[in-house]
Amino acid sequence: MTSAARKLDGEKRPVSATGRFDVERVRADFPILHQKVHGHPLVYLDNAATSQKPRAVIDAITRYYEGSNANVHRGVHFLSENATEEYEAARLTVQEFLNAAHSREIVFVRGTTEGINLVAQTFGRAQVQAGDEVLITAMEHHSNIVPWQILCDEKRARLRVASINDQGELLLDEFANLLGPRTKLAAVTHVSNALGTINPLKRMIEMAHSRNVPVLVDGAQAVPHMKVDVQDLDCDFYTFSGHKVYGPTGIGVLYGKATLLHAMPPYQSGGDMISSVTFEKTTYNQLPYKFEAGTPHIARVIGLGAALQYVDGLGMENIGAHEHDLLAYATEAVSAIPGVRLIGTAKEKASVLSFVIEDIHPHDIGTILDQQGIAIRTGHHCSQPVMERFGVPATARASFAVYNTRKEVDALVRGIEKVRQVFA
Amino acid sequence: MSDLRDLYQDVILEHSKAPRNYRELPAANHKAEGFNPLCGDRFTVYVALEGDAIRDISFQGSGCAISKASASMMTQIVKGKTMAEAEKIFGRFHEMVTGHAPAGGSESELGKLTVFSGVSEFPVRVKCATLAWHTLHAALEGKQDPVSTE
Ligand SMILES: Cc1ncc(COP(=O)(O)O)c(C=O)c1O
Repeated sequence: MTSAARKLDGEKRPVSATGRFDVERVRADFPILHQKVHGHPLVYLDNAATSQKPRAVIDAITRYYEGSNANVHRGVHFLSENATEEYEAARLTVQEFLNAAHSREIVFVRGTTEGINLVAQTFGRAQVQAGDEVLITAMEHHSNIVPWQILCDEKRARLRVASINDQGELLLDEFANLLGPRTKLAAVTHVSNALGTINPLKRMIEMAHSRNVPVLVDGAQAVPHMKVDVQDLDCDFYTFSGHKVYGPTGIGVLYGKATLLHAMPPYQSGGDMISSVTFEKTTYNQLPYKFEAGTPHIARVIGLGAALQYVDGLGMENIGAHEHDLLAYATEAVSAIPGVRLIGTAKEKASVLSFVIEDIHPHDIGTILDQQGIAIRTGHHCSQPVMERFGVPATARASFAVYNTRKEVDALVRGIEKVRQVFA
Repeated sequence: MSDLRDLYQDVILEHSKAPRNYRELPAANHKAEGFNPLCGDRFTVYVALEGDAIRDISFQGSGCAISKASASMMTQIVKGKTMAEAEKIFGRFHEMVTGHAPAGGSESELGKLTVFSGVSEFPVRVKCATLAWHTLHAALEGKQDPVSTE
């Protein structure tokens, strides 16, 4: 396949003859979904943890290992040129997916966690000094808390946290007020993994920029569900994980504005990230290679490219509309069950339904649902401060993807009824 | 759904809803905190030791039905036992819930605790069933740091 053929082509497939979104055709693309668990059809509702992979992604990885495997950027031979071309084609796919201005602004990392750590260790260490501040929100995943905590400890800087209300929405005024003269960076999530809240990102970025504060966005839970345009948002950094958007685990993207990436010190060092080395002096390679030390995970990058192509083929508007319908349907049905309390009831939400049931621990809910083939997540979702804010040790969380159906939501509701029967 | 009933036996459900010895213990001279980070279960176990006899024991905290019922029944069975006897029961209990009970072994020591035998079919729940026991062990050893199941 040539790189031109890898461009996002905008042609939408999963629409049936009647012009409606056809979820059964989507489901047919995901081999793992067609199995039974404990004697029941699998109902996979743990998509915020990781999504399943379509055949196109699995095949792209197999095809790469069977036909093109070689190291990239280093060989003059046929296979190496092929591998390099496919690897770089995936970068173009990501660029287009995020609407980044330049492909050199796309850095491949292991995932969101590494994207955030990269910025904390390079940009953060260079910019944040004693007495400075880093601003986050009260709905962050641990991976957008701990790297800043460590940085602030090391630099004797201060981590500030903007609060959320009882619905799980950010207090925008407080966020604005916390953007002060010492704020060196705002690191905020686009969509909350524990609550589903979609933050008013564009306004937050405007607020931050009006005070000359750059913004890093944790996009792990946003990219699977909505169109992200980094130029329109004008964010300075945006990072996401491939595995939550139908791609492989262990691969993700850090987008950074070229001017910022350029000025930043390197992250890890070694091969590929240099342009010349003597024992006296090393000149770093150009972007993005300065931040991609060592042999990268080539197959996963190619798998990620295939995943984003797949998403583009379905059409992000179709995905968003389908998931929105599921979330609305599930919200109504689940909140009608006696004893259920939803955690996270923001006006703007994406694909996450977190709940607790009176007198029943989420872990017990998870086990009983699993016995009916229904996979959900239970626990604190790597967001202990959010759990504390709502006064619960844990929640049960159902999260939806493009291949889920209303029938599966019905199964979830029956499953919860069963939980209540066991504990009746 | 028979496996589910193996796990959530009536005795377990009943103890989880109305846990015994669920209070602070003013006379306690040993105490430890246990934490299961995976599910957020958190218990404090209080022990009043007299010599090496567990004269009184209680617990408090929050957790799933399995962990709570296990804590509740543990306090009942070890009350009045020596430390060594309590540790021995923990050993048998651990073998049972992990499915490593020796074939033909006597279950008499475990008494009512055999209702937890279904846990061995649910490996991820072993930590829930043993959290209180690990915490008791820490309390008896006089450990200061909270114990974690991780
Ligand atoms: C909002 C958010 N941020 C960051 C992460 C971390 O992603 P990863 O584990 O793929 O690095 C997750 C995934 O759980 C997430 O939901």
